[in-house]
Amino acid sequence: MEDQYAIEMLGITKRFPGIIANDNITLRVKKGEIHALLGENGAGKSTLMSVLFGLYQPEEGIIKKDGVEVNIKNPNDANALGIGMVHQHFKLVECFTVLDNIIMGVEPNKFGFLQKKEAHDKVMALSEKYGLHVDPDALIEDITVGMQQRTEILKMLYRENEILIFDEPTAVLTPQEIDELMQIMKNLAAEGKSILFISHKLNEIMAVADRCTVLRKGKYIGTVNTKDTTMEELSAMMVGRNINFKVDKDECKPGDVVLDVKNLSVASKLHKNDAVKNVSFNVKRGEIVCIAGIDGNGQTELVYGLTGLAPVSNGKITLCGKDITRAPIRKRNLLGISHIPEDRHKYGLVLDYSLEDNLVLQRYFEPEFTDKAGFLRRKNIRKYAERLIEQYDVRSGQGPVTIARSMSGGNQQKAIVAREIDKDPELLIAVQPTRGLDIGAIEYIHKQLVAQRDSGKAVLLVSLELDEVMDVPDRILVMYEGEIVGELDPKKTTEEELGLYMAGAKRDEVKQ
Amino acid sequence: MKKNILKNNVVQSLIASLSCIILGLFIGYVVLLFINPEGAWEAIITVIKNFFTYTKHEAQLKNLGNTLVKTAPLLMCALSVLFAYKVGLFNIGAAGQYVAGTCAALYAALAWHWSWLPCMIFAIASGAVLGAIVGVLKSYCNVNEVISGIMLNWISLYTTNMILNNVKEPTSPYTYQMASHGRDAVLPSLGIEKLFNGNKYVSIAIPLSILIAIIIAIVLDKTKFGYELKATGNNKNAAKYCGMAEKRNTILSLIIAGGLAGLGGSLLYQTGFEQWLCTASSVPGMGFNGIAATFLGGLDPIGTIFASYFIQHITTGGAYVDKTMYCSQISDLISAIIIYLCGFVFFLKYAMNKAIAAREEKKALKEKAIAEKASEGGEK
Amino acid sequence: MLLLVQYTLVFASVLMLVALGGCFSEHSGVINLGLEGIMVIGALGGALMMRYAPEGTVGFPLVMLTLIAAIVFAMAYSSLLGVACINFKADQTIVGTALNLMGTAGATVIVKAINTAEDVNNVSSTIQYIDQKKSFIVKIGDFEFSWFMLIAFIGLAIAYIVLYKTKFGLRLMACGEHPQAADSVGINVYKMRWAGVLISGVYGGLGGICYILSGVSEWKFENGVAGFGFLALAVMIFGQWKPTRIALAALLFGMFRALSNVYFGFDFLMSMNIPGSVYNMMPYIISLIILAFTSKKSRAPKAEGIPYDKGQR
Repeated sequence: MEDQYAIEMLGITKRFPGIIANDNITLRVKKGEIHALLGENGAGKSTLMSVLFGLYQPEEGIIKKDGVEVNIKNPNDANALGIGMVHQHFKLVECFTVLDNIIMGVEPNKFGFLQKKEAHDKVMALSEKYGLHVDPDALIEDITVGMQQRTEILKMLYRENEILIFDEPTAVLTPQEIDELMQIMKNLAAEGKSILFISHKLNEIMAVADRCTVLRKGKYIGTVNTKDTTMEELSAMMVGRNINFKVDKDECKPGDVVLDVKNLSVASKLHKNDAVKNVSFNVKRGEIVCIAGIDGNGQTELVYGLTGLAPVSNGKITLCGKDITRAPIRKRNLLGISHIPEDRHKYGLVLDYSLEDNLVLQRYFEPEFTDKAGFLRRKNIRKYAERLIEQYDVRSGQGPVTIARSMSGGNQQKAIVAREIDKDPELLIAVQPTRGLDIGAIEYIHKQLVAQRDSGKAVLLVSLELDEVMDVPDRILVMYEGEIVGELDPKKTTEEELGLYMAGAKRDEVKQ
Repeated sequence: MKKNILKNNVVQSLIASLSCIILGLFIGYVVLLFINPEGAWEAIITVIKNFFTYTKHEAQLKNLGNTLVKTAPLLMCALSVLFAYKVGLFNIGAAGQYVAGTCAALYAALAWHWSWLPCMIFAIASGAVLGAIVGVLKSYCNVNEVISGIMLNWISLYTTNMILNNVKEPTSPYTYQMASHGRDAVLPSLGIEKLFNGNKYVSIAIPLSILIAIIIAIVLDKTKFGYELKATGNNKNAAKYCGMAEKRNTILSLIIAGGLAGLGGSLLYQTGFEQWLCTASSVPGMGFNGIAATFLGGLDPIGTIFASYFIQHITTGGAYVDKTMYCSQISDLISAIIIYLCGFVFFLKYAMNKAIAAREEKKALKEKAIAEKASEGGEK
Repeated sequence: MLLLVQYTLVFASVLMLVALGGCFSEHSGVINLGLEGIMVIGALGGALMMRYAPEGTVGFPLVMLTLIAAIVFAMAYSSLLGVACINFKADQTIVGTALNLMGTAGATVIVKAINTAEDVNNVSSTIQYIDQKKSFIVKIGDFEFSWFMLIAFIGLAIAYIVLYKTKFGLRLMACGEHPQAADSVGINVYKMRWAGVLISGVYGGLGGICYILSGVSEWKFENGVAGFGFLALAVMIFGQWKPTRIALAALLFGMFRALSNVYFGFDFLMSMNIPGSVYNMMPYIISLIILAFTSKKSRAPKAEGIPYDKGQR
């Protein structure tokens, strides 16, 4: 018997100015299967799903549902066809309740007046049936990321969607929460729902998916049964070559303490409690220390406290023996802190400034770039920018005068890395330095971090990516709910053990 | 590759501003048509011609002088708005800062008989104080600068009425004549008035305001201070991240903006061209017209010089329309329409860039296709 | 004292209506700094209706006609904000400011044109409505009850119910908080923002006509509405974008505004010998002080002021 396809996307081509995001891609999803869509960042996964969800219109190709050609012009059409999506960045209104978010767009109403009781009962029933525990009356801003994700899933189920798209759903979860999600996905598939699972994590795909379609640079590479393949094979399909997952580095030879943090607390902007609670650690010359943890466990606030972006509520920070607890940002920078920020658009760059002006953002006030009367020395700035561009291979359309906004994400990040490293810091704080970059750029940045360590700098890396946490640092500190709950040696620990710490299931009381 | 002239930012700004002017005048014309179709064309031409409505050369010169006398304060208000806008702030309070400057200059001149320079400095200081209040409220209390600016506009209007009531002519609601009570405070002319057929109100105010525009252009473009201000305006977080004193810069730029607007008050009233009406019940339009001039000038200090002149030109021109049919506020309406249209400038530029990019891509694709065809032919 | 209460209620009605208008617009994600201009145009519409309503129209019909005229004018005018800020993604501050200036200048030009057309020597921008005004007021003893007090109360009740109890309100607020989320569940963000802007026009127009009918029997349109649109925005911020709190804030601000009309009725205030200008300044000073203390922890809609672009996700 021929398999019944729930969704077929045939020969989809989608172009954007300058790039072909999807080039003649075909994707077929069977009824009741979990179908993975694998590819690197920028491979075209999200574009393809946006086409399916009606957010973009393809230039070529057709979509069939249950064998019938359909035209999906907007998310409403997709909804009407029973297609639902959990977006990578949740589409939840923070100051609304869980229930309001679930019913939004399909509100049960009488003459326009909301009938919340009815909705409440239906949500509770669904929540029990699929084991999706939520509190319908809680505000989104008060609940955990896991519960937010369950809210998103309930949103789809409430609409009685048959085809469920999960866009990188595990990025924000602990390993234990990931297991739970996998189980939920299997339950859903068993109930006859078809699931499209977008990921670049091979082990998850092997664990949960029935079949897997691989994209690379906007092109269709192939579809395989996960039973009949291996991680190595999938990985080769994904990147087109066998990549070296490991970061090459010599033995770590730690020297003097550069950064010493004692009983540090930082207030939260979101709630009344401290986001960082009584944290103590140090970073020495010639080592990379990594702060690991699930997003939102105080890492951001810790970095704000260290760099001066947010005031410290308690404790003491010492840099090379100098107390900088209350020092202004500029002073910390001058004393030798470099900071590759988490969000390069929000903090790292002035997007409407030229590349050269961005490259001197930390040094423009030095005598080399500003004369005594307060005028900028444009010639020196140009010379300096040209050197950095050359040395760090920052590519852009018009060299130093390119507007930063028009550069690619990878090159923007390279520019920030160049600026921060060239300052010759004592301590380099790198927060998710490889977020959203392709493999080539990731490798490059990892090499730069290791090079800094080898030249005797102290490096503090904050990362959410398990691979990065396991491969790059010499020491791992795990943060959970604002506290450091464990110190691990990446050579001795396993991902499972790391996961238990990250989830708060395990903690060492010795350190604190 | 040949560089497309339309891609140039200055050219784009110029096109955008001219479109705003033409469209603004056209809409003004349509309004006039509605009111009274007979004289509409003549009226709109009168607005555009301003002093050219006089046939005698001497009268034209003299009235050009009058327009310029009022352009100088307008330019100061426009620069005030512009300076704050570079730091990402909308200084609608320029109107009130201008009033504060007026109050200080007039009171010092008429009550204390100060000479012109101290009066001017006092005016700058008063405007700066108001600017500082807005700045402090913004950076320490997160108060929207537009709302606090408007509140201060009204506060300074009432305060000014109250204070200047003490130096008012006994028989009219206007303040004393400069020529009689504040002769020392009248701005020197250094002989410029001869260029304008002896217009006695023409003074150093005119060259001074242009000089200040040029200084501001240099400060914004060439100095460390300008670099910091613009960085703060473009990305407040990045400015904070690299250690710029963001709060200090916010306050400082508003102090300077306030000072500029305050100077505007001094540059008009210390010529004796106008007297303050102590029963004024609305904030003078000078500061608001400054907003129009700033955006029409493409947010560039030099462009603002020309835009200020244009706005003042049509405002003065409005006074010449036939009062039996229309009122002079038609000019205010036109400048308000121009501000409204300036809101679309970003979109216009965006559309222009997009059209250029699309055309270039098409061309590139075509070239690629031709190249491919050629290579295929070669293989055969 | 009774006079103080009366004026407080009248001015509070104005502020409440306009602030609620701002509240609708901001909950949909559009900052409406043009409320001042919208008030002027609404007032113009109402004033023109009172002037040109057929002879002998009094009482309820006149009130209704006037209100409808004010609403229609203000809504049409607020659509200028909608076109620019929603469809063309213009800077909401610039457009709002332009709307204020255009409102006063435009109303002046129109009224002067009308006055001059009737009598060449009349170049004033004033419209009189001495008799018509009586239809809006019911005397209860010494207390002049204005229908606008009732309208403001109804407006408050409607705002509360619409925002918190209906599907429309839920969707509207979603657009101001997280338009991408609203879009992803098939809500048309542009339409909802248009709705928010037009509703703010309705409230703004009512506030405008209420304001010019508040005390006097004629209005000089050159004066605009004396910053009341902005006072209303201060009321809205102080009210934390919530209708019930806005009502309370409006009462407080209304009282300070009322003082400038009636301070000479209080012996102890007169004995202090404070110039009238100080009372005129009071509402503005108070609002500055209050804003200074309340703006820090504001719960403004998160996406307000940011044009929504479907392409950006």
